[in-house]
Amino acid sequence: MSRPKTLRKVVAPPNFKGYKPYGTHTGTKDSVELLYEEYEAIKLADYDLMNHLEASKLMGISRPTFARIYETARRKIAKAFVEAIEIKTVYGDALLDKHWYVCDDCQTRFTIPKTIEEHQCPMCKSEQIELLNT
Amino acid sequence: MKTVITSSGENNLAQFDKRFGRAAWFCVFDEETKQTIFIKNKNINSSNGAGTMAAEQIVSMNVQKVISGDFGPKAKDLLDKFNVQMVIIQDNDITVQGIIEKLTK
Ligand SMILES: [Zn+2]
Repeated sequence: MSRPKTLRKVVAPPNFKGYKPYGTHTGTKDSVELLYEEYEAIKLADYDLMNHLEASKLMGISRPTFARIYETARRKIAKAFVEAIEIKTVYGDALLDKHWYVCDDCQTRFTIPKTIEEHQCPMCKSEQIELLNT
Repeated sequence: MKTVITSSGENNLAQFDKRFGRAAWFCVFDEETKQTIFIKNKNINSSNGAGTMAAEQIVSMNVQKVISGDFGPKAKDLLDKFNVQMVIIQDNDITVQGIIEKLTK
């Protein structure tokens, strides 16, 4: 029996499907696959400027595991840069932090995917909605 | 924008079915045209993973919203990943038509 993979909590998935170089002459079809958790590691460490301990706690993983994911992420990005190949983001072992809301007016429970802008109840359009912490 | 409503029957007067993976039909309501079409749940009788397969079927239909009574963890993950809004309502006594009326009010 294979060991179940640990799911890494990803607070916010990337806002893109991938990155493509332009002005290259190689015309390669090669690409690197960047996992959601690898994207998150780069974001937390190099964009939000957290230290590895803080970042690992946020993702619900140990510090060494975080360091390993972060290192893999950097190497993939470096490879894509140097070899001028595409980066594709893939789901990986990420566990997305789902947010459930409840409507105060009709008790409907619902999620709000990032593709939806309005924060209102999908059934009654009420804006009296609350985030559930479950 | 298309919405799936889990349904016990093949027309608008059918009862809403709260069971996501085990609902007999998926009613696809198109908000622009106000038309509904009914698609059979292919995996209603599968012994396990019905919820996951229902989620896959729904993702492949390119809908933005699913209204049901409950979603299993795997179905939730999948729908979430494809930015499908999940809506849970607890009315036991409502028809598909009743839900559509609420949506379009
Ligand atoms: Zn409401």
